[in-house]
Amino acid sequence: MPSNFSFSLDALRSPVTRRVSLLQAIHIDGPLLGGLLVLISVGLFVLYSASGQSLDTLLRQMARFGIGFVALILLAQIPPRTYKRWTPWLFAGGIILLVAVLVVGTHAKGAQRWLSLPGIGRFQPSEIMKLAVPMMVSWYLSERALPPGWKPVLLALVLMLVPTVLIAKQPDLGTAVLIASAGFIALFLSGLSWKYIAGFVVAAVPAAAALWTVMHDYQRKRVLTFLDPEADRWGSGWNITQSKTAIGSGGIEGKGWLNGTQAHLDFLPESHTDFIIAVLGEEFGLFGICALLLIYFAIIARGMYIAMNAQDTYSRLVAGSLTLTFFVYVFVNMGMVSGILPVVGVPLPMISYGGTSVVTLMAGFGILMSIQTHRKLLAT
Amino acid sequence: MPKPITLKDHYRETRVFARRSVVGLAFVFVLILCLIARMVWLQVIHYEKYRTMSDDNRITVEPIGPNRGLIMDRNGTLLADNRPSYALSIIKEKCPDIDATIERIGTLIPLDDAQIDRFQKRLEQRQRPYTPVALKFKLTEEEIAIIALNQHSLPGVMLDVSLVRHYPWVETLAHTVGYVGRINEKELKTLDPTNYSATEHVGKTGIEAYYEDVLHGTVGFRTIETDARGRVTRVLESTDPEPGKNLMLYLDLPTQIAAYKALEGRRGAVVAIEPATGGVLAFVSVPGFDPNLFVTGIDYKSYQDLQNSLDRPLYNRSIQGQYPPGSTIKPIMGLAGLHYGLTDWDRSIYDPGFYKLENDNHYYRDWKKWGHGVVDLRTAIVQSCDTYFYDLAFKMGVDRIHDFFEPFGFGHRTGVDVTGEGPGLLPSRFWKKAKYNQSWYPGETLITGIGQGYMLSTPLQLALSTAIIANKGHIVKPHMVKMIQETPVTDPEPLGIIELKDPSNWDRTIAAMRDVVHSPQGTAKGIAPGLTYEAAGKTGTAQVVGIKQNESYDASKLAEWHKDHALFIGFAPVNNPRIAVAVLVENGGGGGSTAAPVGRKVMDAYFESLAQDEISNNRPEETASAQ
Repeated sequence: MPSNFSFSLDALRSPVTRRVSLLQAIHIDGPLLGGLLVLISVGLFVLYSASGQSLDTLLRQMARFGIGFVALILLAQIPPRTYKRWTPWLFAGGIILLVAVLVVGTHAKGAQRWLSLPGIGRFQPSEIMKLAVPMMVSWYLSERALPPGWKPVLLALVLMLVPTVLIAKQPDLGTAVLIASAGFIALFLSGLSWKYIAGFVVAAVPAAAALWTVMHDYQRKRVLTFLDPEADRWGSGWNITQSKTAIGSGGIEGKGWLNGTQAHLDFLPESHTDFIIAVLGEEFGLFGICALLLIYFAIIARGMYIAMNAQDTYSRLVAGSLTLTFFVYVFVNMGMVSGILPVVGVPLPMISYGGTSVVTLMAGFGILMSIQTHRKLLAT
Repeated sequence: MPKPITLKDHYRETRVFARRSVVGLAFVFVLILCLIARMVWLQVIHYEKYRTMSDDNRITVEPIGPNRGLIMDRNGTLLADNRPSYALSIIKEKCPDIDATIERIGTLIPLDDAQIDRFQKRLEQRQRPYTPVALKFKLTEEEIAIIALNQHSLPGVMLDVSLVRHYPWVETLAHTVGYVGRINEKELKTLDPTNYSATEHVGKTGIEAYYEDVLHGTVGFRTIETDARGRVTRVLESTDPEPGKNLMLYLDLPTQIAAYKALEGRRGAVVAIEPATGGVLAFVSVPGFDPNLFVTGIDYKSYQDLQNSLDRPLYNRSIQGQYPPGSTIKPIMGLAGLHYGLTDWDRSIYDPGFYKLENDNHYYRDWKKWGHGVVDLRTAIVQSCDTYFYDLAFKMGVDRIHDFFEPFGFGHRTGVDVTGEGPGLLPSRFWKKAKYNQSWYPGETLITGIGQGYMLSTPLQLALSTAIIANKGHIVKPHMVKMIQETPVTDPEPLGIIELKDPSNWDRTIAAMRDVVHSPQGTAKGIAPGLTYEAAGKTGTAQVVGIKQNESYDASKLAEWHKDHALFIGFAPVNNPRIAVAVLVENGGGGGSTAAPVGRKVMDAYFESLAQDEISNNRPEETASAQ
């Protein structure tokens, strides 16, 4: 996306003219917005097919994007300083809500993930933590000398492990893994010593063994299914066999939009939510998947550009970890649907049908835009 | 780019962060390449595999079994048809609790553990979800009603209908039409797997087996697309099955029923042939059995009962049964004597009640202890004089007997279109040498001359030879099937004629056979009173060898099992023969007293049936409307 970059660079280099565009005025980053709009459009196309051409589903998803955009624009107006000030309170509030979920949460599908608020509806406090954990780790580390020594690293680990464990107990392994990795990415970007990283990897083996013993049965089953999906073709292996079949049968060029038989004849489960990439793979083939990955990469590259150009450590770490976490979502989802990672209910960002994740992601992009647009004003 | 803030700390942090960001982006790039590699693996390298799996998911090629051809008698009365049969199936995915459902079905209709076991086995073997699995076959109408009434409380339970062979005339035609049964493993290897892919039954015996290819038809196919719940979303391609061809037999059902009734309570066989065509008019083996038992699978007990019965109901006496023909061969013996110039109609012998060979002390006894006195050939046939034929046979020698009898159908399979035919036995010197490596004794020739000894024939062979006599030498081949669909069945080549040196001997022999029935001295004179047509015949009595070693021994039946077999051959009307019949009654005693009346009943029934035909043929407007 060189043209987009040059656009923003031009804007930077001519502060004298002070020709503030409309987007700059409302603190919106043009290239990022463009990338998101392209992604959302592609997503809606795929969703229309995946939902069995349900206009109703499409409209509801568009409404969520609407809410997401409102959140994005609102959050973009708030300067990073304010975020930094609010971060500990947001994190503390999130922790309280997570505890509340475990105590008074609503059950659904065998897990306790939701808080019901009278008059507002129910929501997942873990979504807040998707933002709050990288922000908190960034806040904590930005106050310390970097790269961090072993003491701050340990404390940062505690900060991210508390919500991770709380979420894992719901149980929601997928979100727990994502939140842990968000915190870890912040730690990594802060310059965490490679020695520590190597240490973590070595420690991961007994940790995995320990995790196996405390896992729920359905979680273990998922891992086993991941290791050998063919063993139980009609049972828990069904999902992954069908999604691989959908993707594989798409070939290079795909079966064509609305022509995917796996999704339309209901062989593919969760075709419009977690497994939507299989629909795209089936209908648009390898070309479609590569195009989607290109869009994701453009957005991530823009995010990392914003992070690298941010002016203070906190902003840098928040922007960098939010951006890379966004990629973790993409990778975990596509890896799981294509059968290289275990099935851990993670939606494909901006494409999968679903409310909370869309709003959370858009909020994250709002913070990114805030970091980018407020920086320019400071520079002049 | 903004100038870095000069605080050393911050400068370093920025550098570290930038480095880490690049590493992060590099990670992202590598992982994206991993994803793409994975997609290439699925979508390019293994494309064919997943394409096939995806097509297999949705596309099913369903074979559609052809309807089996019907079998009917000469008047179009159905002898074998197809009737709907209902099976109870369960779709596991639509059934919330299989065990509870089965238990509930068990409270509604009878269900045994074996059925449940087989259901569980079938359930494990099924290839895809949402496939109905059969729990119970052949539901009665009452059971169908009960299930239908409770269907709302039995989710996932459904009734499947299929056509199953039915034999309305039960035991009367069991040995003629035969039956179909479930394809067994041995048959599976020989049948065309494609054409039988939707077929569960195959002809096992009788006409059903002989005409399997014709009756079966050709399988059809339907290529359908189904969704994950097994619902058919569209039919992609379909080829209709070609139904099996209908068979119309020569058989006359009223005659068949009369023959069966005439033998009922005994063991025996009746074969009646239309002399002009060789068409089989009646083909009865008594006792019969219910062929319907075999269609859906006979239970072990019933099968053992049929197998172990002393009356051997599964044994098709008409073609599998090989009996000494006894005196029934005497007309042909007479023809042979005349043909070879060994006797003529004027030559007489004196019968003292026995025949004795030179250098042999054995007395070859006549059935009439004190002899028939002076007998010529006519009298010898009419009164069935053994001594006359001992003498004739002695003069003829066994090889000439063999050669003369062979064209009448003895000693080899007639080639009738029913499975399981036995060849009979027509002895000769050559045969004995080959079989026993023994030379032939003159005494053996004598008893061959009265149809005893080694000679064996099936009731069908007797009927055929009688038809050939009635035809005055025109050879026919016995046929069950008259028409396949609309096409008449014909023999590929003319079967030839038995040429006599003096053809008038046919007429005189037939006249002698007429006198068997119509003269006061005839051995079958008992059936003459009330005859509305002229019949010719010959009685016979065959000695029973004894009870076979492996049969169980029933003291009360001993006398019965030692009695002679009663035989009768005959045809009518004498001038224009329409029916030739052979009757065998096992342990029936005298041919004239036991077998001949059966023969008459069969002929009576056939002429009555012909008269019925003529009545309906004379009313063309009715036949037209019936069609």
